[in-house]
Amino acid sequence: MSVGPQVLEAAGATSAGRLSRLREWWEREEVFGYGLILPALVLLVALVAFPFGMAIYFSLSDYWVGSPGSFVGLDNYRALFANEVFRQTVQNSFIFTAIALGLKTVLGVWLAMLLARELRFKRLIRGAILLPFVIPTALSTLGWQWMFDSLYSVVNWTAIRVGIMSPPGPNWLGQASYAMAAVIAVNVWRGLPFFAITTLAGLVAVPKEYYEAAEVDGASSWTRFWYVTLPLIKPVLAVVILFSTIFTFADFNIVYVLTRGGPMNTTHLFATLAYQVGLNGGNLGQGAAIALFIFPLLGAVVFFQLRYIRKE
Amino acid sequence: MATARSRSARIRSTAFAYTNLVPFVFFALFPVYFMFVTSFKSNAELYNLKSAPFWVQTGVIADHYTFLFKKTDFLVWIKNSLLISVVATSVSIVLSVLAGYSLSRLRFRGASSFGTAVFITYLVPPTLLFLPLSQVVSWLGLSDTIYSLMVTYPTFLVPFCTWLLMGYFRTVPREVEECALVDGATRMQTLFRIVLPMAVPGIICALLFSFTLCWNEFTYALTFVSQTANKTAVVGVTADLIRGDIYYWGSLMAGAVLASVPVVIVYVLFLDYYVSGLTAGAVKG
Repeated sequence: MSVGPQVLEAAGATSAGRLSRLREWWEREEVFGYGLILPALVLLVALVAFPFGMAIYFSLSDYWVGSPGSFVGLDNYRALFANEVFRQTVQNSFIFTAIALGLKTVLGVWLAMLLARELRFKRLIRGAILLPFVIPTALSTLGWQWMFDSLYSVVNWTAIRVGIMSPPGPNWLGQASYAMAAVIAVNVWRGLPFFAITTLAGLVAVPKEYYEAAEVDGASSWTRFWYVTLPLIKPVLAVVILFSTIFTFADFNIVYVLTRGGPMNTTHLFATLAYQVGLNGGNLGQGAAIALFIFPLLGAVVFFQLRYIRKE
Repeated sequence: MATARSRSARIRSTAFAYTNLVPFVFFALFPVYFMFVTSFKSNAELYNLKSAPFWVQTGVIADHYTFLFKKTDFLVWIKNSLLISVVATSVSIVLSVLAGYSLSRLRFRGASSFGTAVFITYLVPPTLLFLPLSQVVSWLGLSDTIYSLMVTYPTFLVPFCTWLLMGYFRTVPREVEECALVDGATRMQTLFRIVLPMAVPGIICALLFSFTLCWNEFTYALTFVSQTANKTAVVGVTADLIRGDIYYWGSLMAGAVLASVPVVIVYVLFLDYYVSGLTAGAVKG
């Protein structure tokens, strides 16, 4: 039995018809819309949403590296609350975040206001200010570690020479509150550019007439700042602060490189403790539970951000 | 009279700004400068408490750098970082262009909730998920390879780039797009030939940030890879140049300086894009 040319033609026609119908379907706005987000969606479901679910499951099980454990309910959390190191970590995280964020906000706004003026070498100054943000954090933290060295600290060397420190000076990374101060200093160093440059963008967007009007009214510079500038940059500042809250709270690089959480766990944050317990210690269940403590704050930040965006 | 006074006031206020900027600029630059200086000092000078640490006094030496190239896997780490950054960035940009265009321009049910979801994942810090992700990576059979990072980096790049690009796509006038569609272009053609060329600054920005984020990434690179030959530059320098418990500061600083060079070059060349991306990423949110 031979296949007639008509049959072939008919088959070709229907497949062409199907193809054009497929093309038409693909051109529909909602089909095309879903189609384009599909790849990104698959990625985010597989590698963000699914691991997040796993994190919750891990935290409720006694899962160790290499041995899938059984469901243990809230045991990991109970063990954590009874654990001295964990309680210390909670305290560290809040102190670290509050002080670092406060410093970044105040210094960042101040720096932004300085940068907003008509200056020569504007680009050069901005370029210099932004540099800490660009260099890989882990590497610049190594530099700081050397600057805080127990024996050869350049900070101590200078302070002793200037006469504001009696030799040998503090062992920055080996004494509890000094280590926390060092970790905060590096975080501020690295995060300040982001605050300053984004706040600057907010400042530049404020129409000059506002300042001029206030100036004509004879308002002092502090009054001008408090009643004119601050309310106008508040939206930008709020976004920056919320954004930075979560990333400061979840910091890993600086503490891991600078102190590994020491001395005596006084600089551990949730992320570094989770790493130590979950990977070095192999207790994935408890490690996951520790990391999940970042989540409530993330939730709060998301909530405020979304309310904020909706308002705008 | 009045102008003279306001002029002197202006000069005073400018002088005030410069004097106040000095400590900030010093604070920002000194650690970088100090790393640089340290990397050129001889060990004898480094560990001499008597010598002033601020500059090289007993002769600039390149030993720490030659050590990196001859005795360590430094070049391999750089190559790994480059490969990972290029692959992860390319994949992420493609996915983000598609998703960003769809979410900012096309009308379909759920578009705004997807937009919100992308924004939320953008806020998820990598440290929240590195433990379960290390399991996923091992299930995929990618443990201890550079592929593990190529696969996982898009998880934070895609939300960021999508969000960034959505802002840029919104600035393209709708009429241009509609004209193209009326003229018989397919939607794909409209996106790639009409809309994309108009969003080039956004694409450059996204490329720049993605590359930098990949290059600088530490948590995943430290967690998923343990073999020296598969490490990235940042992790290699941070973890593998410390032998035992001993810190060889000269070579450590040389490694830190060299491994920062690629991102600093990119940054210097594209400073303006950098600033606009930084502000867009946060402020448009």
